[in-house]
Amino acid sequence: MLSLLVNGQSYSVDAPDDMPLLWVLRDIIGLTGTKFGCGMAQCGACTVHLDGQSVRSCVMPASGAVGKKITTIEGIGATEIGKRVQQAWLGIEVAQCGYCQTGQIMSATALLAQKPTPSDADIDIAMSGNLCRCGTYVRIRAAIKQAATGQATLPQTIA
Amino acid sequence: MKIGRALGLLVGIIVLVAILFSAYALLIVSHPGDEHAAQPQSAGTPSDFADKGAVARGEYLARAADCVACHTVPGGAAFAGGVAFKLPFGTIYSPNITADKDTGIGDWSDDDFVRAMHAGVDKDGRPLYPAFPYTSYTALSRDDILAIKAYLFSLPTVHSPARANDLSFPYNQRWTVSLWNALFLNKQRFQPEEGKPEAWNRGAYLATALGHCGECHTPRNAAFAMNANEALAGEEQQGWKAYNITSDKEHGVGQWSDQELADYLSKGHAAGRGTASGPMSEVVANSLQYLTPSDVSALVTYLRGVKPQSNGIAASPNAPSEVGLASANAKAGLGEQLFVGACSGCHLDNGQGRETDYAALTGTRAVRDPHATNAVQIILHGSQWQLGNRRIYMPSFGNAYSDVEIAALSNYVVSHFGGQQGTLSASEVANRR
Amino acid sequence: MTSPHDDVDLESPSRRELLKRGGLVVAFMWLGGASRIWGMNSSEPIDESHPLFSPNAFVRIGSDGSVHLVMPNVEMGQGVYTAQATLLAEELDIGLDQIAVEHAPPNRKLYINPLLGEQATGGSTTVRYCWTSLRDAGAAARDMLVNAAAQRWKVDASQCTVTRGVVTHAPSGRTLRYGELAEAAAKVTPPAKAPLKDPKDFQLIGKPLRRVDTPGKVDGSLLFGMDVRVPGMKIATVRACPTFGGRLASVDDTRALSIPGVVKVVKIDNAVAVIAEHFWAAKQGLEALDIHWDPGVNASFTTEQMFADLANASEHGKPIVAKEVGHPDDVKGKVISATYQLPLLAHAPMEPINTLVHVRPDSCEIWVGSQVVARCADVAAKVTGLPPESITVHNQYIGGAFGRRLFEESVGQAVAFAKQVDYPVKIVWTREEDIAQDCYRPAYYDRISATLDDNGKPLAWIDRTTGASVLASFAPVAMGKDGLDPDLVECAADLPYAIPNLRSEWVRHDFPVGMKVGWWRGVGPTHNVFVVESFVDELAHAAGKDPVAYRREMLSDDPRFRGVLDLATQKAGWGQGTSAARQGRGIALAAPFGSYLCVIVDVEVSPQGEIRLTRAVAAVDCGTVINPNTVEAQIQGGLVFGWSAALYSGITLKQGAVEQRNFNDYRVLRLNQTPPIEVHIVPSKEQPGGIGETGTVMAMPALTNAIFAATGVRIRQLPIDTSALVQDKNALKEVLSATSPVGDALEAGELS
Repeated sequence: MLSLLVNGQSYSVDAPDDMPLLWVLRDIIGLTGTKFGCGMAQCGACTVHLDGQSVRSCVMPASGAVGKKITTIEGIGATEIGKRVQQAWLGIEVAQCGYCQTGQIMSATALLAQKPTPSDADIDIAMSGNLCRCGTYVRIRAAIKQAATGQATLPQTIA
Repeated sequence: MKIGRALGLLVGIIVLVAILFSAYALLIVSHPGDEHAAQPQSAGTPSDFADKGAVARGEYLARAADCVACHTVPGGAAFAGGVAFKLPFGTIYSPNITADKDTGIGDWSDDDFVRAMHAGVDKDGRPLYPAFPYTSYTALSRDDILAIKAYLFSLPTVHSPARANDLSFPYNQRWTVSLWNALFLNKQRFQPEEGKPEAWNRGAYLATALGHCGECHTPRNAAFAMNANEALAGEEQQGWKAYNITSDKEHGVGQWSDQELADYLSKGHAAGRGTASGPMSEVVANSLQYLTPSDVSALVTYLRGVKPQSNGIAASPNAPSEVGLASANAKAGLGEQLFVGACSGCHLDNGQGRETDYAALTGTRAVRDPHATNAVQIILHGSQWQLGNRRIYMPSFGNAYSDVEIAALSNYVVSHFGGQQGTLSASEVANRR
Repeated sequence: MTSPHDDVDLESPSRRELLKRGGLVVAFMWLGGASRIWGMNSSEPIDESHPLFSPNAFVRIGSDGSVHLVMPNVEMGQGVYTAQATLLAEELDIGLDQIAVEHAPPNRKLYINPLLGEQATGGSTTVRYCWTSLRDAGAAARDMLVNAAAQRWKVDASQCTVTRGVVTHAPSGRTLRYGELAEAAAKVTPPAKAPLKDPKDFQLIGKPLRRVDTPGKVDGSLLFGMDVRVPGMKIATVRACPTFGGRLASVDDTRALSIPGVVKVVKIDNAVAVIAEHFWAAKQGLEALDIHWDPGVNASFTTEQMFADLANASEHGKPIVAKEVGHPDDVKGKVISATYQLPLLAHAPMEPINTLVHVRPDSCEIWVGSQVVARCADVAAKVTGLPPESITVHNQYIGGAFGRRLFEESVGQAVAFAKQVDYPVKIVWTREEDIAQDCYRPAYYDRISATLDDNGKPLAWIDRTTGASVLASFAPVAMGKDGLDPDLVECAADLPYAIPNLRSEWVRHDFPVGMKVGWWRGVGPTHNVFVVESFVDELAHAAGKDPVAYRREMLSDDPRFRGVLDLATQKAGWGQGTSAARQGRGIALAAPFGSYLCVIVDVEVSPQGEIRLTRAVAAVDCGTVINPNTVEAQIQGGLVFGWSAALYSGITLKQGAVEQRNFNDYRVLRLNQTPPIEVHIVPSKEQPGGIGETGTVMAMPALTNAIFAATGVRIRQLPIDTSALVQDKNALKEVLSATSPVGDALEAGELS
């Protein structure tokens, strides 16, 4: 049995040590906001936070997350930065199909936690591991800046 | 003409000596050396195997000798041969060493098998190519060799005819190997060194005779023979660097702790030192991970005592921290652009690795090598091996990334994580594909 | 402004329709597609659980005031749930924040897409056919609700107004909410035709409304097909024979069954699946299987063979002429000709293929995101042998499709596995399986030539494309009488340019049996616009003229082309400033899916041949804009999708099997390779055109024309081989500095 702390809640899961965290979250705990895209850390759709740092949960053995604080997209809105990022995402409407966006938001939130006002180069470094087939990259960059500065440079959606 | 006559005489003498030497070489080619040497204490299996039979002991020894690496095609039948060895002068294929009577070694006697290991000749006395490490196995005890044979003969037989070698002249003339043997093969059984602790002697037997570490790690001379004076000082083979593993503090593993050495050998990874990949990962996967802790410890003891050599990449960590993260406002180069896209998901932009320690880059010799020899291989071909039930995996990028990209990426990795000035050009990468 | 149903009265489509509607659409119309949207005429409740007021198949209003809008076309990122909801809500006079959307069930009668003759989402048709029909549906519902209120108040309906779902009788100051009127409205006679709003009164249409689906996409609560879980469900993963057309010979599952969590191994003719408690066990089980395949007749098929076959067919095959004007063979002058080659492409959406199926003795229930939900029900009925009415399909949000989910073969496979067990099983393909078992965009081999007058203007133009027809396998009966699949010549037969003598023709060359082909974002236009716009650029170069000036000279009389050309060149600053060595600017102009676009791309190419996109400017005239935010997003995303393919993507075959496996070798563009992209919209009151695929159509030629401008190297084969762009051999011997940029890029992320 592995004891995991996910979004502040503890779970006791019966899973092999080497089972990636992604599948523990999705198939055992039932948190499906974290997505499967490639299974080899090439796309970033599975990004979650371990103690605030982003990891690709598809290659992260669940046993390695024991004793750490796991945050998923379902819990990121409870953080101040996560909430700001989600609002910016809606403000300029980043998401298209949306499948990769939960991972994008997790990567963006980890970036802003580390660098509150990231440069374009910082955004490149933090975000280029997250693929988006709909091609929302231009807006991802803008939304991160909006979340960082609170200033909108693009027209906002009408809710 | 005096000069002409003198020259003729000289040529005559050379020819005569060559003929005599050839005759000598052919005469001794099948001679295995002293077959009555007593089994030294350093040979055999650890005490854990005291009450096990020959087959179990043979399995352990076959693993320690890593027979499977050369005699099993990935995904193929165990010991059925067929593995290709691409050499500068052609390709040779390993033979089937299952007990199949038609295509394997089923009708080899004990003496045939021992002679093959000790003298490097087949059942008919024909020389084998020294890709087969008989220059190391010649030191094995007869008991150990027969245990290995017992193990091989306990396994299912596989009908798998040998693939013909594809060698150019004169390398396709097997008899020439006998000349090489006469010069470079010392048919000596292992002799424990008096005054050394038993663990050292056991380590020496494991490293030199069974594990044949030197076959990859010892520099070779012009005739492709191991240079005994530079034992384990590092060599490049098949596009991979087998690093200097002497006790030199700068260039070897002298700075590594015992635990780090043991971890690397038994798990293929030592924190802050490196992760096995390529041929070394095969050695860990097929061989070293199965060694008992006492044998791993013996290997460590032996490596500690290997004469320091200052060949190869300096390991002194010139503080990766000073390399630091990419400068925040600089325009990213191609190498960085690729790294933060395809690589940093596992390796992290600070090279520490995250999901698994095995992805750590900082402190490794691979990233301190300005030629990025091993790094290029890993990027091109990926890495995939099994440690127990655990799969150590990195995807390959060779198929979809250009030579230019791989050169830039490799240079980025060695500069960013190793503090070295990468020296790769696209055309060099092309040559390493 | 619009006549009723003028977009769906499709009596006898002519070849002229190709330009206006798109080849795919025409093909389906030949199938005899529906001439009107049926759901409009239906007042029957679809689902008993839906309450009270359901005047048609799209609007559901409960007494609690809940308003559900049923979406005939599926959402896969292109924004159609918002667009469809906007059209309904506009006429219904309700806010998007007051409604909930739901997926339509399989029901061709109610939800057929008349442009495709099928309950299907594709070909950038949604807004084009829903533009009037969904507004009609909304207006009819509003009319009934207002009449119900008027009857209750005993006033004239014309005195009532509606704001955000509340009917007001101003003279008396009385109000009633839709929920309060639902029951009564259900008894009101539906209007024959409710009047539509004057566009100047639009409250929602044309505004950047927040999408109805995105809140759930940023907090992880929205469920994709991949995320659906039902009680008792197990998870399986699959391997099908990697060689197309091959069969499963035998499988030893001993080791797989010993893995904890593995439940069962099930087989079908050409594939094997491992069912487990969770995906990880299933995947480990799959890897532990010892599978033997019978590779079949394609065992030695390769990419080289495929292109050799295509070239041979192009030379010796019999072309089907799609369009012939004048006498293109008889014109004398300077002849320029070229051959273009396009690869097989995978869709590789972020969400790998998955299907959740529960087969019971008397029914089959499926949860899947599909562009063809009715075909999913068909295949399930066929595979299970159950009657169609016992099949239930719950359509789901799709994590990107780009055409992939137009093909229900993976659903058929899933049902074939699931019927071997009595519990629900979710079949999830690995990324490797998703790439190795796609329905590939066919490869094309195109020979094109032009005869020029003394000024370099084309007097004659002959474009012969050679490739496979997707339609022929998808709906064979939809093929034209003369065997033409209009998709093959869309945007090749009708050009933005006036050329007096022209022939557009196609040589059909099918791929080996067992190789699945599919439509891919941008369909025919993605293929043809690349060839046409590249070749126009070649002609401009041969004429020694500026590519824009050259295009301008030969533009057809359709002013909308000139509109986007002017706007894009002005915004991009075409012809202004000088570019440094190995920097270049390229243009593409076309009118796919009823919209007009001009895209300009700036690139720089390193001496080693590495390409960096530095800026893109798009001008679009897509008629009336439903949501400008979506238009911009679709063009930006479509461009990225197209550039990915041009730069990196190509499926290659060896031994009849796909060589690519995952994103390490099927590369796609990343954030730090994406340039700033400006999208400028030409104001228009024309009918809405399609938008979801247009960016992709424009991406490739604009890029390769820019590369030509930067390097003088004409790219006639995709994906781009950067080794052809190396300045000279010595450049490859240079040590590539780890830090120096590829070129002197504009600061990334600079948005206008």
